[in-house]
Amino acid sequence: MTPKRTRVWIVGVVAIVVSFVVFLVPFAFVLLQAAKTPAEASNLAFSWPTDWQFFPNLLETLKSNDGVLWRAILNSSILTIVSVALMVVVSAMAGYVLARKKSKWGPLVNFFVLAGLIVPPAVVPTIWVLKGLKLFGTMPGMILIEATFGLSFCILLFRAFVGNIPRELDEAAVLDGAGPVRLFLRVVLPLLRPVVVTVIVVQSVFVFNDFAGPLYFLPGNHNVTVQLALYTFSGQNLSFYNLLFMAIFLITIPPLLAYIFFNRQIVAGMTSGAVKG
Amino acid sequence: MSTANAATARRAADIVAQEPAARKRRPIKSFYPTWFFLPAIVLYVVFFVIPSFSSFYFSLTRWSLFDAQFIGFENFVQFFRDPQLYTSFIHTLIYAALTSGSKVILGFFLALLLTSPILGRGYLRAVIFFPVLLSTIGVGIMFKSLLDPFHGMVNAVLGFFGLPQPGWFTDPNLALYTIAGVDIWKGVGIATLIFMAGIVAIPNEYFEAARIDGASSWKTIRLITIPLSKGATATVIILSLIGGLRSFDIIWATTGGGPGFTSDVLASVIYKQYQAGFYGLSTAGNVVLFLLVTVIMVPLSYFLNRKPVEL
Repeated sequence: MTPKRTRVWIVGVVAIVVSFVVFLVPFAFVLLQAAKTPAEASNLAFSWPTDWQFFPNLLETLKSNDGVLWRAILNSSILTIVSVALMVVVSAMAGYVLARKKSKWGPLVNFFVLAGLIVPPAVVPTIWVLKGLKLFGTMPGMILIEATFGLSFCILLFRAFVGNIPRELDEAAVLDGAGPVRLFLRVVLPLLRPVVVTVIVVQSVFVFNDFAGPLYFLPGNHNVTVQLALYTFSGQNLSFYNLLFMAIFLITIPPLLAYIFFNRQIVAGMTSGAVKG
Repeated sequence: MSTANAATARRAADIVAQEPAARKRRPIKSFYPTWFFLPAIVLYVVFFVIPSFSSFYFSLTRWSLFDAQFIGFENFVQFFRDPQLYTSFIHTLIYAALTSGSKVILGFFLALLLTSPILGRGYLRAVIFFPVLLSTIGVGIMFKSLLDPFHGMVNAVLGFFGLPQPGWFTDPNLALYTIAGVDIWKGVGIATLIFMAGIVAIPNEYFEAARIDGASSWKTIRLITIPLSKGATATVIILSLIGGLRSFDIIWATTGGGPGFTSDVLASVIYKQYQAGFYGLSTAGNVVLFLLVTVIMVPLSYFLNRKPVEL
């Protein structure tokens, strides 16, 4: 082996060992805890379960607290799907026109889009607005809030992408007799597919993982989302660490699947416009 | 009758004459209808602009959501007089600076490592990035167990080697820094990813020229990689600072601002005051956070973006 190859090899091995300790051990800890009996799990030790209880724990977790986790999964799914769908439609329309039309309002619009990324939302006044609209603590209200908070990020992505689509395409469609709506739906939107996928994946992960949003705007047992359910669970079940860690494992599955299947889109979305805490 | 006819005829003639020309001249611009903005504007104004602007007024009131009594700057005075509240301001600054700085430095060196040919590169990229996608609450609970002062695995290992076993989340002097560490663990992947994109975009000719000139690898990093990934650095600094200043989830999931108020930041104070029913005070905290973010971010992003990015 040449010295360079040796170095490549040594650095790689060191990095892999460090990554095992820093990243894989915590993940393994969650899995092992989730498979233990309550007594064993409460030791918090990094040990092999003597009595492998993975599937009983799984069922127990889903059943606990009157199946609150099921309700949470259902609520989070509805919230994620509808708010992301709304976000995509609304921001694709806005980003498209923003990229095509040069108007004197441009700088102002840019200012507001960037403000949406930087400015922390004013929570209590938002609750006040929601109450005024009779939407506080309701799923539709939460959906609209999530859609609004994701808007800036999506508009930036769409605007950048539309900028790369040649205008000649629009002109050809218009000469062929397409109206504005048809031009958007039939010509532009199909070309936006890659960025639509990116937006859907990235925002789904964000909305699904959002904790502060539902904490403020969606109180009530009936509306509980998975993050809130997990948080409440961690406060109550200190004698059932195994179930708590099973719950952590369960809510890690959707992001994990997203990462496995849409790795490329997630990386693209995070590096292109990636502006979100 | 005849005049009407003439007029109609003229109009018809006008239309006939103008139609093709008008069609040709009709600017393509009008095919980008302004009403496409409408849904976005409605959402944005109702749920973001109105709350943001009204927060300035409500921060000056004693507020019950139903009626607001104007009390001037009393909330702000209370905020900066009450040590439980203003320490959160200091903690926010420490927390943001610490997490942002660490993410920039760690992210840069991890990106250097992961763009060089090393063993297991794909695996390393995946494992460093994955925590970004995890639930913050889940990560918080996980680290609370791992760093438990009595049973936690980390202290067990430290004890084995005869090292001190600190109360990571329970020691008032340590809690904030422990949380920052967890935040870095979870968020360094995104910084790494952005730096990797920046480094990969540097034309290879620069590195070849440096190699031919016999530059050492540290010199190549210092004189080529760092200056040419300035754009990525700016993005990482801005992103991680915004995230750090607004941080709430991870703090709420681990210490809830405790022990005492030693790990309270602005965002957690806003929530606590809201929970306690002090809506005006909570909104004042929100305005303080808003001003802090603006005062830091506006000059900073101006400064970082001013120099042309050579990418």
